[in-house]
Amino acid sequence: MHPWVGAGPEDRRHILSELGLKSIDELFASIPIGVCVDGLDLPPARDEDWIRRALGEMATANVSMDSVPSFLGAGVYRHVQPSIIDAVLSRAEFFTSYTPYQAEISQGTLQVIFEFQTLISRLTGLDVANASLYDGATALVEAVLFSHRVQRGKRDLVVVAETVHPIYRRVLDTYAEAAGVEIVVVAPGTDGRLNPDDVRETAPDRACCVAIQSPNFLGIVEDLPALAAAAHDGGALAVEVVTEAVSLGLLAGGGSFGFDVVCGEAQSFGVAPGFGGPHLGFFACTSKHLRQMPGRLVGETVDEEGKRAFCLTLSTREQHIRRAKATSNICTNQGLMALAATVWLEAIGGIGLRELATSCLARSEELKRRIADLGDPWRIAYPSSPTFNEFLLVGPGTGTELVARMASEGVLAGIPTTDWGGSWPDGVLVAVTERNSAADLDALVGALERLS
Amino acid sequence: MKRRAIRDEPLFFERNPRRVRRQGYLLPALDVPDVEASVVLPTELVREPDPHFPDLTEMEVVQHFHRLSQLNYAVDEGLYPLGSCTMKYNPRLNEQTARLPGLTSLHPLQPQSQIQGALRLIWELGESLKTITGMPGATLQPAAGAHGELTGILMIRKALEARGEEREVVLAPDSAHGTNPATATFAGCRAQEIPSAADGTIDLGALDQMMDDTVAALMLTVPNTLGVFEHQILEIAELVHSRGGFIYMDGANLNSFVGRALPGLMGADAMHINLHKTFSTPHGGGGPGAGPVTVSDALLPHLPVPKVIRNDNEFELMWDDPASIGQMRGYFGNFLVLVRALTYIWSLGDTGLRSMSEVAVLYANLVRHRLKGAYHLKFEAPSMHEVVFDDSIQSRHEVHNVDIAKRLLDYGFHPPTMSFPLIVHGALMIEPAESVAPEEVEAFCDAMLAIAGEVETDPELVRSAPHDTPVRRVDEVRAARNLKVTWTPDEEGA
Repeated sequence: MHPWVGAGPEDRRHILSELGLKSIDELFASIPIGVCVDGLDLPPARDEDWIRRALGEMATANVSMDSVPSFLGAGVYRHVQPSIIDAVLSRAEFFTSYTPYQAEISQGTLQVIFEFQTLISRLTGLDVANASLYDGATALVEAVLFSHRVQRGKRDLVVVAETVHPIYRRVLDTYAEAAGVEIVVVAPGTDGRLNPDDVRETAPDRACCVAIQSPNFLGIVEDLPALAAAAHDGGALAVEVVTEAVSLGLLAGGGSFGFDVVCGEAQSFGVAPGFGGPHLGFFACTSKHLRQMPGRLVGETVDEEGKRAFCLTLSTREQHIRRAKATSNICTNQGLMALAATVWLEAIGGIGLRELATSCLARSEELKRRIADLGDPWRIAYPSSPTFNEFLLVGPGTGTELVARMASEGVLAGIPTTDWGGSWPDGVLVAVTERNSAADLDALVGALERLS
Repeated sequence: MKRRAIRDEPLFFERNPRRVRRQGYLLPALDVPDVEASVVLPTELVREPDPHFPDLTEMEVVQHFHRLSQLNYAVDEGLYPLGSCTMKYNPRLNEQTARLPGLTSLHPLQPQSQIQGALRLIWELGESLKTITGMPGATLQPAAGAHGELTGILMIRKALEARGEEREVVLAPDSAHGTNPATATFAGCRAQEIPSAADGTIDLGALDQMMDDTVAALMLTVPNTLGVFEHQILEIAELVHSRGGFIYMDGANLNSFVGRALPGLMGADAMHINLHKTFSTPHGGGGPGAGPVTVSDALLPHLPVPKVIRNDNEFELMWDDPASIGQMRGYFGNFLVLVRALTYIWSLGDTGLRSMSEVAVLYANLVRHRLKGAYHLKFEAPSMHEVVFDDSIQSRHEVHNVDIAKRLLDYGFHPPTMSFPLIVHGALMIEPAESVAPEEVEAFCDAMLAIAGEVETDPELVRSAPHDTPVRRVDEVRAARNLKVTWTPDEEGA
């Protein structure tokens, strides 16, 4: 017997006798003998203490970002985590429920998603946002396939900035082949920013979209109005990828500058780094293209007594109705993470988000200033380009080597760019959030001094 | 199900209408010099403050979500018999282990020496899933079942490409879940439907005719969405393999045979496993799930990167491999979901997992036994973990499956699945799952029987249901016609 299985031997006997059966085996008689086994070569059942101990040992075999000054970012950030987030997420009404197909008993989840869609829409400056996608990388994939559909499949080229997160570009490569689209990569200028003229030269007149990231992989803020114009000049859709969602607290989303899609990763809004998942992909676009949008969508309506109510809508785009002609095969998405982001944003508040983002900016600027003061052999790769809360630090040796040396000084200094290639110097991306105190900055600067 | 009055809950954007400054969270004090954003950043890119993004106190936020939670049904509340969804108990132990700080505060790109515990955990779960399916390889990367399907079909395409073959048809039975054909299209293939035989399983004759050298794979769910085991699975696999095709198995219904049969022995080349179904990770109101894929030797070289490799007691990440299909998403999967699934597998152990499947099948057969006669059973083949009735008896009184579903809400139960299988008109697909005590299954049957009685005596009562829910029947047609998918300030009257 096991506490998570509802019927023990006596209950089983009662039910079997009601069914007129002698043995449970009779219920499995339709399975051919040739594929049957008698049990599995797995360990026996374990009690709670055993499991907590075993997994606890695995957890402590890792170096937690909370245990030492940490400047890790590159698409996954450590922001404040209000205690109420886990309290709300731990409510069974939220975490144990299914996708809200039965609207009458799912108004809680549905209203949360409606609020999430509105928050993302306001932050990105676009009309509509969906209920979530798997993560930032697959959100970029969906944005590219969306653009391909909007352009009626007539434009098979996709222009992607080299400064879009290299993992996102790798994921896009996997899908592009199957979708029959060709990727053209456009490199940044010597200032680490994308040059709109370079975008124009990559043939946006044959491209379904131009996808750029801001702040880009190097942490640098791009010239959004000029890039949207460059994409549109050739008739391509303009897609902005955001991997540090907190930047939207200070920087207006691409929708305000003519971008057709703003998508990316909203892990920064209350979702733990969690070794890479679950995170929270988001997708926003103009209402003009709403019907080509992938994923779930909640709409406002009324019940039969005229009372405001919410339900899933436009499901004729989705796989369970449209099958082979669906806009995406996505079914289960990241509902609980969208709840986390909604609680986080509502707890932080509008003015609060601006203050939080400004705090990231101030700390990052302070760290840049102090590193610049250190001087040789340390330098900031693109000192005159605007950054939000992340920048590329270069010094002697590779980025990987620098990260290892800093780790032995007790600082998680950042993410090395060494293994990702790129037209930029090999260095370390240093991310600074509101959780990095002045003491953390001292620790990093002190370690650099010792390594000089 | 209404136990007490529930107030209408305004939207977040309608709160704090005077838009006064309130504080919901105390930020860490700024202990560095402050900056002016519009000086440091290009002025034209800095946003204006949003007057419609209010600030609330912490308690306002807590009350908001608490009240919203009261409008939801939950697994903890009662039977949630959604067919093909396996709504089992979500153990609280899972929630504890997935919140260990050494797992949550871990960055996926930390040096490998700093993440050995996490890599071991991924490796351990992969090994367990290989044992459970009897297949030699696994990837834990896919974020959900449909994502696993795509991963599997892309691996099959890659294997065909390595053989120098171009095949682009993916066959799936007409009873298949909608994600199967959608996946085929997404993977650059063409979906084709195979008709079902009279007993609801695959029509072997039809398969024989369709299975030519354009067919890349057969996607099939075992047992199928009718809850019927493909008793000719070995013949099916033999036919597909002998003509150069692959078998993609949709593992949505794995909960029915763990410890009793192995997909590896059935001839599966790839199979996704919905950890949020069989292995108890929560559905979360629509995710996150996880859809690991186990593979046969034929697909082993094509597994996605990054892969976790074991060298004695060290674990390593392999990011590049030319034979691989590439990367399916960022990083290594929905890691904290994987932690929950491993917790569940360890807790149940070998015999527990087997009894899990046995009781799941037993309960479905109890429901079948009790409801047969009152509800029509289109396919009489033996049921595994779910049973599919239809509304043909009730529709004589102009009561349809949707009405029965809504009436169940008044009885305090979540309804069965109705949107598929498409081969059963007016379907009521019932999967009790094994977690509840038998009395809960019996209570559900009693409610279903009571509703069948109401259809005879007072059909309008059923047609006008639900009567006792936080909102009455929701107008979904209007939602699609007058699309309103975000809150806009105009309606505030401001």
